[in-house]
Amino acid sequence: MKTYMFNPGRESASRATLEAIQTENFKNTLKRIWDNIPLYRARMNEVGLTPDDIHSIQDLHKLPFTYKQDLRETYPFGMFAVPHSQIVRLHASSGTTGKQIVVGYTKKDIESWSECVARSLTAAGTYPGDKVHISYGYGLFTGGLGLHYGTEMIGATAIPVSTGNTVRQIQLLQDFEPSVLCGTPSYALHLIDCLREQNIPLSSLQLRVGIFGAEPWTDAMRAEIEKGLGLKAFDIYGLTEITGPGVSFNCAYQNGLHVNEDYFVPEIIDPETGMPLPPGEYGELVFTCVAKEAFPLIRYRTRDIACLDYAPCACGRTLVRMSKPHGRSDDMLIIRGINVFPSQIESVLLGMGETSPHYLLIVDRINNLDTLEVQIEVTHENFRTGSVKHLENLAKAIKTKLESVLSISAKITLVEPNTLPRTDGKAKHVIDKRQLL
Amino acid sequence: MNMQQISVFLENKPGRLSSALSLLSQSHINIRALSIAETPDYGVLRMIVDKPDEALFAFQKAGFAVSFNDVLALSIPDRPGGLSEAVSLLVKHGIDVDYIYAFVGNEKEEAYVVFRTEKNEQATLVLKKAGYKSIE
Repeated sequence: MKTYMFNPGRESASRATLEAIQTENFKNTLKRIWDNIPLYRARMNEVGLTPDDIHSIQDLHKLPFTYKQDLRETYPFGMFAVPHSQIVRLHASSGTTGKQIVVGYTKKDIESWSECVARSLTAAGTYPGDKVHISYGYGLFTGGLGLHYGTEMIGATAIPVSTGNTVRQIQLLQDFEPSVLCGTPSYALHLIDCLREQNIPLSSLQLRVGIFGAEPWTDAMRAEIEKGLGLKAFDIYGLTEITGPGVSFNCAYQNGLHVNEDYFVPEIIDPETGMPLPPGEYGELVFTCVAKEAFPLIRYRTRDIACLDYAPCACGRTLVRMSKPHGRSDDMLIIRGINVFPSQIESVLLGMGETSPHYLLIVDRINNLDTLEVQIEVTHENFRTGSVKHLENLAKAIKTKLESVLSISAKITLVEPNTLPRTDGKAKHVIDKRQLL
Repeated sequence: MNMQQISVFLENKPGRLSSALSLLSQSHINIRALSIAETPDYGVLRMIVDKPDEALFAFQKAGFAVSFNDVLALSIPDRPGGLSEAVSLLVKHGIDVDYIYAFVGNEKEEAYVVFRTEKNEQATLVLKKAGYKSIE
């Protein structure tokens, strides 16, 4: 498979070169942080560090973390590392999980961000001459303008449609014949529904590539979107605090998301202890903006759960790959010393094909040993044979798969339909009886 | 010879069997044969009833996991060796029996047996050829 890179020099650089770039940029950034952001200076003083103690990117783990709460407490501009005269743009997060936060960009920050998006678009197969229908919101949200500037940087045509008015969007998709669609996966599904309602054949669209992000989505959704829109769907990941979309992206092999690590250095840590975890282990994703001027966060706790793979990718990129984030660290359970995320269990169950999405994890401590019981509702589908053998085989298959994913054994209990607790339509997934002791 | 058996998933919790049975009673459905396959956590209640469609509907409406399965129901001579002969016949033809349950019928000198095999159609042919009668 022939793959193009927007910046091959960076995207396929050797690990040593990447680390040299990270180190050089980070030392400069850290000095600017020390001089301009009182919160960071105080945090570093607390642990007895100055910028001179950081000799290379390998020393990153010595520095304290940054939390979302810090951004709220310094709202609006307490975390800016350059004078306002250098800020050319502000974006803000919607604040759905609390008070909103605001981030700033210098001219160079906008260029770096645009390049990160340009790399993502190129990896998905967007080239000059392509028309890119951008249905992310334009405004304080980073999605619309982020994709827009990246599109222009590669020399493709940006169509800034923004959100809403789906009838008009479908008209534009037919009239302008864009080959690339960007937006949230849920909007893509909504588009598919509207196309069907209006009986619009896929042949009237020219879509080839879809780039979706800004919210969690599953492989099942990917398959549905690819079929419903006749395109290949790619993942783009990002968060406002770090820059917006383009922190990491899918290449044609879609084996994880390549992190633009010359700009954003990822780490995986144990959310309980804060200790770094080795590659391949799941934990909380932490980012450091090594090359950002206006809003350079150090070791920012994303609360997203992922793992890292440093093996070079078949596409030729050496940029580390992060797994698609699944779940939030706030949901983590520690069972017999092993970190377990309900989302890991959920993805196993969904992957089995014929299990109900309704499950309940019961964690207990019996004779000083933690136990995990996974209750799963029997469905009409998996009870269609009425056979005990079939149910037992299913339970055994789930148990085996869970053990290989979680490295702990679980008791699988099949329960009657509609008996597991659901709150506000969203299932309540965990009962930790140990907390009651 | 083929019959619809109704299977109901029941957790091993007090009152579950009772609520399944009272559901049938409320719907005026008569049970003609019944067996329970049990595991430590749950059981599968298997029944031949007089009004299978109504029973299925009642269980579905009450939120049970329920299914229809094809089984063989036949009458065999109610004497020593009666069942053994029928099963040997199936084994001889390479047909494995998944489960079996029996009940005594209204007719004198006849017992009724419910079979579930992996090859129901073949089993029907074999049994019919040997002169076994189905029950209605």
